[in-house]
Amino acid sequence: MPEISQHLPVPEPPPSSERFAGPVVVADHLTVRYGTNAALKDVSAVFPSGAVGLLGPNGAGKSTLLKSLMGFLVPEKGSMKVLGLDVATSPLEIRERIGYMPESDSHIPGMNAVSFVAYCGQLSGLPPVDAMQRAHEVLYYVGLGEARYRNIETYSTGMKQRIKLAQAIVHDPDLLFLDEPTNGMDPKGRDEMLELIHDLAHRKNVNLILSSHLLPDVEFTCDHVVVMDKGTVATHGPIEALKGPHGRVYEMRIKGDQQRFIEVLKTAGYEVKDTDDDVLRVFIPGATDDSTKVLFTLAARERLQVRHLRPSIPTLEDVFAKAVGEV
Amino acid sequence: MPIHDQGYQRYLGSRGAIGQAWRVMTRAGVMSVVTKRVFIGMMLWAWVPFIVRAVQIYLSATFTLPAFLEPKGEMFREFLDQQGLFVFFMTIYVGAGLIANDRRANALQLYLSKPMTSAEYIAGKLAILFLFLISVTFVPAMILLLTQAVFAGNLTFIRNNLYLVPAITLYSVVLVLLASTTMLALSSMSKSSRFVAVMYAGLFFFTLALFNALRGITGSSAFAWIAPTAALQQLGDVIFRLEPRYQLSPALAVVSVVVLIAGSIVIMMRRVRGVEIVT
Repeated sequence: MPEISQHLPVPEPPPSSERFAGPVVVADHLTVRYGTNAALKDVSAVFPSGAVGLLGPNGAGKSTLLKSLMGFLVPEKGSMKVLGLDVATSPLEIRERIGYMPESDSHIPGMNAVSFVAYCGQLSGLPPVDAMQRAHEVLYYVGLGEARYRNIETYSTGMKQRIKLAQAIVHDPDLLFLDEPTNGMDPKGRDEMLELIHDLAHRKNVNLILSSHLLPDVEFTCDHVVVMDKGTVATHGPIEALKGPHGRVYEMRIKGDQQRFIEVLKTAGYEVKDTDDDVLRVFIPGATDDSTKVLFTLAARERLQVRHLRPSIPTLEDVFAKAVGEV
Repeated sequence: MPIHDQGYQRYLGSRGAIGQAWRVMTRAGVMSVVTKRVFIGMMLWAWVPFIVRAVQIYLSATFTLPAFLEPKGEMFREFLDQQGLFVFFMTIYVGAGLIANDRRANALQLYLSKPMTSAEYIAGKLAILFLFLISVTFVPAMILLLTQAVFAGNLTFIRNNLYLVPAITLYSVVLVLLASTTMLALSSMSKSSRFVAVMYAGLFFFTLALFNALRGITGSSAFAWIAPTAALQQLGDVIFRLEPRYQLSPALAVVSVVVLIAGSIVIMMRRVRGVEIVT
């Protein structure tokens, strides 16, 4: 994961660039259907300003929620507000103030990068000269400065992701919707993209909603998270609070009948997750420093050897797993 | 210095009013076409009939010519009929990819994520085709009318045929609107501009063949409404105060053309969306 703190300090942004203060998105009892299939079921959520992750497995309804917020999909019931404006009555005013980076490969055919980004700027209302100037700036910003005169159709997948980000920020939106921004990128490109997103949110004061099924992406770039599963909001809140000090997670490996031990732990009231590496992640609510003794005692009672035991820092993965009922 | 510290700044400049994006689209669309050699060749070719007619007008104003070569109101109707060929080719060349290419590149979601409605998007695309087609129909026809006055040195011809100004305008607009909306509707239904071109040509020739077959079988040309080109010809005859060539009520010809234009617009409105829903 890229280390942001190693970079040189950046001056404070001027007062005029302060971000939108209130909740950037409010969804109220939102239901969206594709034919008979409900993609969003009575979703109510508040997205505070800053960087918010929209997390969930594929098919959870993340992209549907973003497309509804853009006004692409008309909800069967419920209402939405973006930047304080009603999506149903002010879609154009909203789109003027947001940037959208779609999940799928998208470009305008027959253009080079700088023409494309400047064109998108003009479509968003920038005067032609300003649009061209900002196109150059944002292309440098996303790392495509040297390739800006190349036709987009010759770009690699990673470059296409960057150009999608460039077109989304060229008009300096108040709110960015990023739909799976690291899709198809190699590890280095992915780290650079996450670094850019982190920088936009934390140094450039751009509010953003990052939709992703990748926990590390959300954990690295966002402060808040809304976890979706099967068209509903499973949980939401500040990431730190969700990971919070309500208990302690231990990583544990035992020799013996692991399944039986899992049952024993569950019977004792602990949450257990069996990982692919035969490591158990045991969550002990309200744990104290000597709570490891409980685990040893239970293992000894079942005549099982504890081969590995160490406290684990709660991750967003724990929050996610708990929210979608995997633990 | 990391790359992100080099560029991005907040934008504090002015922004245009909402509702102007279609103009940006049209300007970009026009500029992308006019630089192509094929288009320039096509445009030059489309203006050859104008030059021929201008020479004819010059000769008739300078010398005594046989009566059939003298400029008449019918000449302008014939001229626009001839231009129909160029309208056909230009519609295919310029129009086939206008929406289809955007669909292929998933660009609709980009366009519609900007402050722009689908109606504005359609208007922007329509305006591109409309401008080019007008430049090979209405523009040369009106210049031809002015040329007649210039070569004759008086306004007698125009004064005697004053109906030609609205007739040229109306027929050109109907012709161009029919071609543009039909082509864009087809373009919005596919991701392949080649397929769209074939569909358009197919629609053109198939309906005409069907009409001629029915005409052969029944001995009546009342089925001209089936073929948009035939309905348009009938309408053109009425607009230019000529004897209608088919046994088709002018009202039915109008209905046929209006239904096709309206149907095309409905198709476009349904197909131009930020998200494609497959249920």
